[in-house]
Amino acid sequence: MESISSQIAPPVAGTTPQPAKGTTLLRIQNVAKTFGHNVVLRNISLEIAEGEFLTILGESGSGKTTLLRIIAGFETATSGELWMGTDRLDGQPPYRRPVNTVFQSYALFPHLTVEDNVGYGLRVAKRPAAEVAHRVTEALEKVKMTAHAKKKPSKISGGQQQRVALARALVNRPRMLLLDEPLSALDANLRRQMQLELKSLQREVGIAFVFVTHDQEEAMVMSDRIALLRSGELEQVATPREIYSRPATAYVAQFIGHTNLLKGEVNDGIVRSASLSWPVVLPDGPAVFSLRPEHVRLAGAAASSNTARVRGRVVHQAFHGATELIRVDCGGGLILAARIASGTMPQGELQLEFTASDAIPVRESPERV
Amino acid sequence: MFSRAYKTAVTVPPLVWVTVFLLLPYLLMFCYSFWSVSSLQTIVHSWNIDNYRELLQKPVYWQTLLRSMWIAARVMVFSLLLGYPLAYFLSFYAGHRKDLLYQLVIIPLWVSYLVRAYAWKTILGSDGVLNTLLQYVHLTSHPLDFLLYSPFAVVLTLTHIYTPFTFLPIYAALEHIPRNLVEASHDLGATPAQTFWKIIFPLSTPGVLAGATFAFVLSLGDFLAPLLLGGPSGIMISNIVVSLFGAAYNWPLGAAISLCMLVLVVSLLFISERLEKRWSFS
Repeated sequence: MESISSQIAPPVAGTTPQPAKGTTLLRIQNVAKTFGHNVVLRNISLEIAEGEFLTILGESGSGKTTLLRIIAGFETATSGELWMGTDRLDGQPPYRRPVNTVFQSYALFPHLTVEDNVGYGLRVAKRPAAEVAHRVTEALEKVKMTAHAKKKPSKISGGQQQRVALARALVNRPRMLLLDEPLSALDANLRRQMQLELKSLQREVGIAFVFVTHDQEEAMVMSDRIALLRSGELEQVATPREIYSRPATAYVAQFIGHTNLLKGEVNDGIVRSASLSWPVVLPDGPAVFSLRPEHVRLAGAAASSNTARVRGRVVHQAFHGATELIRVDCGGGLILAARIASGTMPQGELQLEFTASDAIPVRESPERV
Repeated sequence: MFSRAYKTAVTVPPLVWVTVFLLLPYLLMFCYSFWSVSSLQTIVHSWNIDNYRELLQKPVYWQTLLRSMWIAARVMVFSLLLGYPLAYFLSFYAGHRKDLLYQLVIIPLWVSYLVRAYAWKTILGSDGVLNTLLQYVHLTSHPLDFLLYSPFAVVLTLTHIYTPFTFLPIYAALEHIPRNLVEASHDLGATPAQTFWKIIFPLSTPGVLAGATFAFVLSLGDFLAPLLLGGPSGIMISNIVVSLFGAAYNWPLGAAISLCMLVLVVSLLFISERLEKRWSFS
């Protein structure tokens, strides 16, 4: 309770989200992009560290792929700058940038064999033949594709094409690897396996990965940090844990996992929302809180001043294995979602409670077009 | 799914058509090529290979065939040199004007072949547009006579007429190249020139082969352009066939030449198709 005011993530305008560790590799400064009248990105500022796994997460149309394409050099930002150390990257053509891309559909060259695809970057850079052969062999080993070196891309499976695309990018030892939803074409099992492989590969090579996805679970599993984009603006940039437990805005709270959004009115250190009330340290006025379903529990015997309690009736119940997600109508328009251990739900009316500090104050997300 | 009667109704007419208007005439021509003409100018239906022997023995026939192939080869090269850059520009750099420019390339095909051939006659003739202009600006004092009635005029006219035929398959092949392959190539450090020679051109070869085949085969069998603009030195093999079936009245020999041409062209188409298959990667 005493730390609630510090829970509000800093929404200070003009600050650039900085990586938690390491030195800055790429600095994105006030980048904006418009296509005609259509504003795709507004004022994006972001720093990416050496060796970091950063995920750009967002719904389709949020501008995440456009941001990646601006870093790669396939699109030109309408305004803003890209800096890598003392090199200004924007304005340089893609073939001069020390970044490589793994495309959504892999974009393997259909007329070249797997090994010629992997060696392409080294060959156009006019590396000696022996070095090309050596590095290609090494890269194919790393992604376990040595057996398929002589095959054309059309003769291997989607998962294998994915590995070849990775090897083709990594063999050039880029400063940064850009990945544009590379797993979205794979089926669920292969996808989970590739998530882990990608993550361990990234740790092994130590290259910064910028990974674009719309899948929040994927982002949580793989990333050091997540940059959440919404309608062309950054909502929050933070570690998966932080973004989950301390969402900055109502949008973030809803996008990452399930949540209860509680609108309330703060008055003299007490917030009231429908039939609920709990103590906070916030100035008077309207406020919005995010309360994760797993923080809502069946009320125990003793109430304390730090908890809020409410009675209600179960209106919906979904079985998730070890837990159940129940929706409880508490009256006054308040429906609380709660995650409880399977088989512990009592019959009829029940009483729920949560600890005051688990209700995280968030900024309202204004509607954007 | 469809009734037997329906299937019969849709398949029989085309089959009859092909048989009556294609297979039977070819068969007839095949027969003619082994017959001969008597001194009384009647066709003798006795089987022999004299026509083929004559083709091999008289140099005028195979020399004209070689010249025709040489003209066709030049037309092929020039239409590729014109058609490829045009198709490349349209496909990659024309932006929103793509459709308009595409139509502009196609529209000349709607104009009669004869009109276009005659147009060149008025441009290249000794009183033609080009000679008048050259004399007007005092580049020459008298009309250049090699412009018209020469292999040059034939190559120029055929190139003009068949470039759209070369352009179309190349354009289609270029349009089929996924643009992310071009991006991937740039991303991997290849300059635009490297990307063109290592990615775009190899992937467009099926279109280049198809276009080259069109230009060569169509030019090889052409007889109007040499007739109108070729003069004596621009005679092509089809002109000989035309005269053998007409004034010279030697249908058997004409049939023999036609059959040789047919075999040549069908082999070319066969080879080109095999190569296209080998070079296509979709």
